Amino acid sequence: MIRARGLEKRYGRRVALAPVDLDLPRGAALLVTGPNGSGKTTLLRLVAGLTAPTRGTLEVDAERGRIGYLAHEPLLYRELTALENLELYGRLYRVRERRERAGMLLERFGLWEARNERVAAYSRGMTQRLALCRALLHDPDLLVLDEPYSALDEEGAALLDGVLAALAGARTLVVSTHDPGRLRPLATAGLALA
Amino acid sequence: MTYLAAVAALTQKDLRVELRARETLPALLLFVLSTLVVFHFALPEGAGEGAAYGLLWVAIVFTALLGLARAWVPEQEHRVLDGLVLAPCDRSAIWLGKTLAVLAFLLAAQAVALPAFALFFAPLDGAALAGVLLADLGICAVGSLMSAMAAAGRARELLLPLLVLPLAIPLVVGGVGSAVAPEPDRHLLFLVLYDGLFGVLSWASFEYVVTE
Repeated sequence: MIRARGLEKRYGRRVALAPVDLDLPRGAALLVTGPNGSGKTTLLRLVAGLTAPTRGTLEVDAERGRIGYLAHEPLLYRELTALENLELYGRLYRVRERRERAGMLLERFGLWEARNERVAAYSRGMTQRLALCRALLHDPDLLVLDEPYSALDEEGAALLDGVLAALAGARTLVVSTHDPGRLRPLATAGLALA
Repeated sequence: MTYLAAVAALTQKDLRVELRARETLPALLLFVLSTLVVFHFALPEGAGEGAAYGLLWVAIVFTALLGLARAWVPEQEHRVLDGLVLAPCDRSAIWLGKTLAVLAFLLAAQAVALPAFALFFAPLDGAALAGVLLADLGICAVGSLMSAMAAAGRARELLLPLLVLPLAIPLVVGGVGSAVAPEPDRHLLFLVLYDGLFGVLSWASFEYVVTE
């Protein structure tokens, strides 16, 4: 469950997110749209708990460690391999049978063959796929995805479609996108930021 | 996963990243050795051991600064720190893991630099070595916190020395004292107290540095 009342974020005088009200039940899928600079990323960072609101209230019914967050940046160590990155996150996020889970995700996103390559050698699309593996590794209750389709080719996008379809209803999803048509079938709520 | 297991995972990761990238340790080694060479030629004849110990501490502090400046670079690339901050472990584990990794790099650089100093300048007895070790602990503990603070700003290269150097002054006083004072115990005790106090403060403050 996510509930926001007058949620606002400012950096000095600059308004990063104008006041927003939000009611999202558990298992819902919220589609956040809006032009560049409208506050999509700020809203997602607030929901993930990475930044605090300047005004208003925000309640998120998910513990730290139960949130899967995909950002514009992949949140991966460039000098570690894909497997090492997932192994580290698995240890920090207390994932049981993390090797099996990492292997399953790498296989699913078509990265198993490249599992021992450094992230620095990955293409942008491969990095995005690995970032999705990282966000899903601990089977989070709340999945916060900022432009998840960016840099993905059609095959990767189709894979993500399948993963999100499988999670819809069982997990709470908050997804920002410039391509709302792709996610509209899954969305149970929409928020258009101006 | 226990707190210490999280710290171990983070320290191990930093060591692995450094083994791959080989950016920090070679730079520290080159810097500290070239600094000692410069001091060797700059120090006038008959300047005495006291002056040499002072120069050793200049080299130690600036080598540590160099290591600290690079400490959070892997976390800044790809904004990895966000992923670590969201993990369910205590956030101070991130600071402790980084402190131990920076300490390991600094000790590795000193494993070469201190014998070189003893060979070309002055001998180092047990008290002097204990002083170096205790000061290393303090500067890495405080420096890792300050480095995280500086990394969040734009002018981090400028900010880091301004934050760390004032806090390193007591460490230099204690470190030089442990090498030259007739009774070094007082200086070593001072360093232990500094490490304890500033270690706890840094440990407790880190949470507020990484949350907006």
